[in-house]
Amino acid sequence: MTLSTMISTMSAGMLRTIGIFLLTLAGSLPLGMIVALLRKSRIPLVRGIIRVYISVIRGTPLMLQLLVWYFGPYYLFGMSIRGWRFPALITGFVLNYAAYFAEIYRGGIESIPVGQHEAGEVLGYTKAQIFMRIILPQVIKRIMPSVTNEVITLVKDTSLAFTLAYQEVFSLAKQISASQTSFMPFVIAGTFYFVANYVVAFGMERIEKALDYYR
Amino acid sequence: MIIEMKNIRKHFDGLEVLKSISFGVDSGEVVSIIGPSGSGKSTLLRCATFLETIDGGEILYMGKKAAHTDESGKAVYVHHQELRAFRAYCGLVFQQFHLFPHYNVLKNLTDAPVKVQHRDPKEVEATAMELLKKMGIAEKAKAYPYQLSGGQQQRVAIARALAMKPAILFFDEPTSALDPELTGEVLKVIRQLAEEKMTMVVVTHEMPFAKAVSNRVIFMEGGLIVEQGDPKEVFDHPREERTKQFLRVFER
Repeated sequence: MTLSTMISTMSAGMLRTIGIFLLTLAGSLPLGMIVALLRKSRIPLVRGIIRVYISVIRGTPLMLQLLVWYFGPYYLFGMSIRGWRFPALITGFVLNYAAYFAEIYRGGIESIPVGQHEAGEVLGYTKAQIFMRIILPQVIKRIMPSVTNEVITLVKDTSLAFTLAYQEVFSLAKQISASQTSFMPFVIAGTFYFVANYVVAFGMERIEKALDYYR
Repeated sequence: MIIEMKNIRKHFDGLEVLKSISFGVDSGEVVSIIGPSGSGKSTLLRCATFLETIDGGEILYMGKKAAHTDESGKAVYVHHQELRAFRAYCGLVFQQFHLFPHYNVLKNLTDAPVKVQHRDPKEVEATAMELLKKMGIAEKAKAYPYQLSGGQQQRVAIARALAMKPAILFFDEPTSALDPELTGEVLKVIRQLAEEKMTMVVVTHEMPFAKAVSNRVIFMEGGLIVEQGDPKEVFDHPREERTKQFLRVFER
């Protein structure tokens, strides 16, 4: 197998990896905000459920969570899991990352001085307006570095999809390496992750720069 | 009367901060509240502007009840939709300014009038520029709060409150976070508002200012109004021993 066939075979995996990455972000970034707000809910039961959810997600390996999402329906309910592989994968990733993002959001929201809320209240803004117009923009600026960290980790974590035998770039690299007795697929995969993260870091830096107009 | 507060009681974790305080402010009046820290001055302002809820008593704006005490002795507020109408009567200037850092100066002034009061953006912007001119910071309209000095920030905060066209403006130690040089420029602006007959209540430690600008001075201590009256009377001939003691500290 020539280098160019290797790369072209693996490019399908790269697209799948990018797919996991984008879908996970699209799901977990907004879900994390909902979780962060529910964690501050007035209803103790809701707060309790959210706290358990966060602690279970943070306290167990993502790899194990993926296996549970995939095989759980069969072992627990005897359901057929045909066609469930990809949905299980995305569910696992989204719920995992939402928990981490929720904690980042919560830290950001709590770091905004009470005076900002009070100034908004005195000016007659509704609670929703205070959050959307005054608090959230400042939170986004403050949490950018932590979010960047998390997003970069996600790029690398997508490789855990190999646990469910999903053919993303890392699984393919392993397979091709074994069949061709070549080290090259790992070099290609490594380069792919590195370049992907370089792009992510560049993009996040641009966003941070764009938010630099105030302090 | 613009605002009337009757028998206001408020406690925090068992500590009685306000013990049955009553006071009212007429249109065009400037009232200064003085007193040692912990006397309840700020809490009184925060109750008047609905940042804190009272335990007992009555709050009226323009003769309309915003809160009253029911038969069981508990304070009851009007529904929160109605309360927003009451909020529109009053403005508050904080000790720490609390400008919105992500909005430029002009946007700090115009956002609430447009988004809360649904006024015409063009009219609001014209009003805002007028106010900034009056505060002597028109050239800072496009600047962000972090680019301003403390004195300028506080003048923006005053303009932001005025842009809502409140019937009464409360000041919570507006110069306490400023050095003496910057204090002067903020006091000048408040003095100018007083001359224009803006109704104001100012919690302050600036005694010469309180004496020169206000129509009435209230001395508070321990959650009670100890003495009140004409500023010259209170400052030059205080009746209560406690007022004398307090004012003596400032003479040094």
